[in-house]
Amino acid sequence: MATALHISISAEPIFRFGQFEFTNSMLVSLLVSLFLSLIAVWFYNHRQTKSNLKLFIQTIVESFYEFVQSVSPHHANQFFPLIATIFFFVMFGSWAGLLPGMETIGYQADHGFVPLFRGATADLNITLGLAIFAVVSIQVFGYKNLGPKYFKKFFNFTNPINFFVGFLELISEFARVMSFAFRLFGNIFAGEVLLAVIAFLVPVIASLPFIGLELFVGLIQGLVFATLTLVFTNIAISDHH
Amino acid sequence: MAAEAIKSSSDVIVGATIALGGIGPAIAIGLIVSKALEAIGRNPEAASKVQTVMILGVAFAEAIAIYSLVIALILKFV
Repeated sequence: MATALHISISAEPIFRFGQFEFTNSMLVSLLVSLFLSLIAVWFYNHRQTKSNLKLFIQTIVESFYEFVQSVSPHHANQFFPLIATIFFFVMFGSWAGLLPGMETIGYQADHGFVPLFRGATADLNITLGLAIFAVVSIQVFGYKNLGPKYFKKFFNFTNPINFFVGFLELISEFARVMSFAFRLFGNIFAGEVLLAVIAFLVPVIASLPFIGLELFVGLIQGLVFATLTLVFTNIAISDHH
Repeated sequence: MAAEAIKSSSDVIVGATIALGGIGPAIAIGLIVSKALEAIGRNPEAASKVQTVMILGVAFAEAIAIYSLVIALILKFV
């Protein structure tokens, strides 16, 4: 085989500011954020005119809003910006890894080949950041809606059993961070490895069904991340006891 | 113990990790979806609610398979 299969779990840094490494997946996530922001700005500047693209975007955003409303009828306005942002960022970040040129355009450094682009969510750092952000937002929404009583859920001193249950709840919040991060990272990174291996074995046509599968997986993982955040937020603001 | 008798990154170990790790989630997802289908069959009006909860449950179950896949990838590529 002329070239070896190049798969690396950690995103490769493309340049450094001193100790801080700017990785190729950070670059792609910046580009995805820029893309989404440009669409939002375009939509806002053209809000008076009619256009098919506007109708398309409106349909998607409104049906997602109805979905958020069906899960939490009274607080949809509060949650929708965060949940929709998570959904669109995860979806487009995962789809960005399927574009031609990802993981293939790069330069040859002394320790190997360094690709310039890599799918945004195929990097554990970015998914971990998203997961921490989502779980902290859940706590913030809980505090905003219930006040300091929200933290009684974790520190419940009425009797030893409740104290233990509260402690388990605290542990499960941290477990949620790891679960979010690894679910998204595992799905998207495994998809990239699959595509690389298939393309390595059969260079033509055989990748097509797998790219279709990856499109589907990107959409579902975005939906799952956003829906899980929404459901946990719902649980957080509901007053059980 | 023979030194280096079984390396943790040997292909058999990596394959066994993901193979064993996929059994539980596969059974779990099958059970979840079958119960969801039963529920939809009994009450077709609640189909969209059942579907939402089913997708959530499937995501939780699949995450376990993904954990074992990540370990297998780490063993193979790091």
